[in-house]
Amino acid sequence: MSDGAPSEVEEAAERGGLSAAARAYLERLKAGDVGSLPVIVALIAITAFFSYKSTVFFTAINFDNLIVQTAGTAIIAIGVVFVLLLGEIDLSIGYVSGVGGVIVAELQQAGTNHNFGGLGAIVIALIAGLMIGAAQGSFVALIAVPSFVVTLAGLLIWQGAILKALGTEGVIGIQNNFINNVANYFLSEEAGWILAGVVVLAYVLGAVGSYVSRRRAGLDTGDLTLTVLKGVSIAVIAFGVVAICNHSRGVPFAGVLVVALVGFWSYVARRTTFGRHVYAVGGNAEAARRAGINVARIRIFVFMISSMMAVLGGIVLAARLNSVDLTAGSGTILLDAIAAAVIGGTSLYGGRGYVRAALLGALVIKTIENGLDLIGQSDWVKDVTTGVILLLAVTLDTVSRRRLARSGR
Amino acid sequence: MADVPTLELRNVSKSFGSVQALVDVDFDVHDGEVMALVGDNGAGKSTLIKSIAGIHPFDSGEVLFEGSRVNIHGPKEAARLGIEVVYQDLALCDNLDVVQNMYLGREAHDLFQRMREAEMEKRTAETLKSLSVTTIRSVRQTVATLSGGQRQSVAVARAVMWNSRLVILDEPTAALGVAQTHQVLELVKRLAEQGLAVIIISHNLTDVFEVADRISVLRLGRNVGVYDRKASTQESIISAITVGAPIKAAAIAGNGETRL
Repeated sequence: MSDGAPSEVEEAAERGGLSAAARAYLERLKAGDVGSLPVIVALIAITAFFSYKSTVFFTAINFDNLIVQTAGTAIIAIGVVFVLLLGEIDLSIGYVSGVGGVIVAELQQAGTNHNFGGLGAIVIALIAGLMIGAAQGSFVALIAVPSFVVTLAGLLIWQGAILKALGTEGVIGIQNNFINNVANYFLSEEAGWILAGVVVLAYVLGAVGSYVSRRRAGLDTGDLTLTVLKGVSIAVIAFGVVAICNHSRGVPFAGVLVVALVGFWSYVARRTTFGRHVYAVGGNAEAARRAGINVARIRIFVFMISSMMAVLGGIVLAARLNSVDLTAGSGTILLDAIAAAVIGGTSLYGGRGYVRAALLGALVIKTIENGLDLIGQSDWVKDVTTGVILLLAVTLDTVSRRRLARSGR
Repeated sequence: MADVPTLELRNVSKSFGSVQALVDVDFDVHDGEVMALVGDNGAGKSTLIKSIAGIHPFDSGEVLFEGSRVNIHGPKEAARLGIEVVYQDLALCDNLDVVQNMYLGREAHDLFQRMREAEMEKRTAETLKSLSVTTIRSVRQTVATLSGGQRQSVAVARAVMWNSRLVILDEPTAALGVAQTHQVLELVKRLAEQGLAVIIISHNLTDVFEVADRISVLRLGRNVGVYDRKASTQESIISAITVGAPIKAAAIAGNGETRL
């Protein structure tokens, strides 16, 4: 800030990095943005609890399992974050993920006429996902049918499509190694270390780039302590995960895929004009329209992202089982993905949230599921626990928003 | 005051079906001038500014921008000419910060659609400083945390950042407290001092008399007259708004024009 009065935030920044960070977080909280802190705290508490209760929980093998179990839900939840940012909902993602699984399974099948390799099958499934999203998004954006109804219809339609496609056999096995490797390939020890190095390097380069461009523009470069602290945490997490995984089968490719997707979509959401416009439409669609943003186009694109990510998540889920059957896309897939995005800190009211919420929320849900399984609890405990956490997350979101409304802003 | 008006309307009319919203209205505003547009509800103020902004073009009449005839078909055309409108509801996104709102829809970006954050933040701070908006602590705080006056300041600053020539403010002080109203009116004066043409719509004649150089009164879609602020009283304007004629003929604008 170049004007006369120094801000409280700046003053805090002069006093020290951590109090500045705390102050900045409080500012965001006041603006109705809960951020990632509550979910990270919850995740640490959950991990500590199950590590204490079960001797198997904090082992390398279980760690590998947990990553693969989380991957599908996390990937689907990334699409949900975008839809929620618009203030819309997509109920079709469960069965669209099933459609994704069915398409790759069908296309890789031996003895049929279509001779697609694994990659070809995946690409075709993703394109199908984009088309499904474009269709559903068009009803929402162009005709203004509520997204709840459009995607509820989608839920039924794609469920029917799966039943029709699988027919009387009801199951297709996946023999194609390329597809199965999406969920079953583990990186070598060296590759794992190199990858951790790449992740840390990417963060450092990003931080340095931002520092240089701000410095060049003559802007306040912020507090270095915090940036360094964040960098160190990322390095500890990246190398820590690789170290643990290398004690078992190595880093699962599915985990790498999730991290890469979270990185890519975070970049799209926070650094590109498209991402900015998604936040704008979710915050105030009329303001976005008057600012010359093509609101309908943004909405359609977001539903395309949602369906495409659902398909990709469905492929991971199918690859993990090496098959698809009549239950593809059913069960808790839809609710887990939406709950993951919300528990991760994405507001249901639009305009507030981060892509990383998908991963954090999915980790919470799947860690609880995994931990409760290990200590021998039955399904009802899982359901109730996840339900309570979801309710807490939504309550936190609603309360922080209401505070905002009450202060008359 | 320059000889050529920044914007001049000659005999413009606009109707919606059988409703005549504007009938043969004349209007002009010059660089460095604050022109107030007043009138009762249904007088045609909103229709007039929406037509200037290109939302629904005039049916007939001439529009001259800096002396040359123009046709404003849409908001983009208006923006290209340098006409910016700050609507009453401000059209800000609460969830975005000041910089993000200032650049909404016109983000500075490179070939890969990646935004140039540092550049945008720098120019936002500069623009706010040039308008002496000092109450906003950080340009990186979300608009949700700003007061009504600060939000109005952001909306106005956004309008002037784009090489604009004419800024139209729709009820900028409605719903503001005393101190904040003062803050916004000071900002309006500063816009004119910087050489912009300013049109302000307001129901509050105290505010109008504080900032306006001239006052244009509309009644039932027609001109009542243009009054020099220094030569008018609030009573004469009220009578022009309600009855259609000023109490004292002497109050009619200095350049001798009488429009009835």
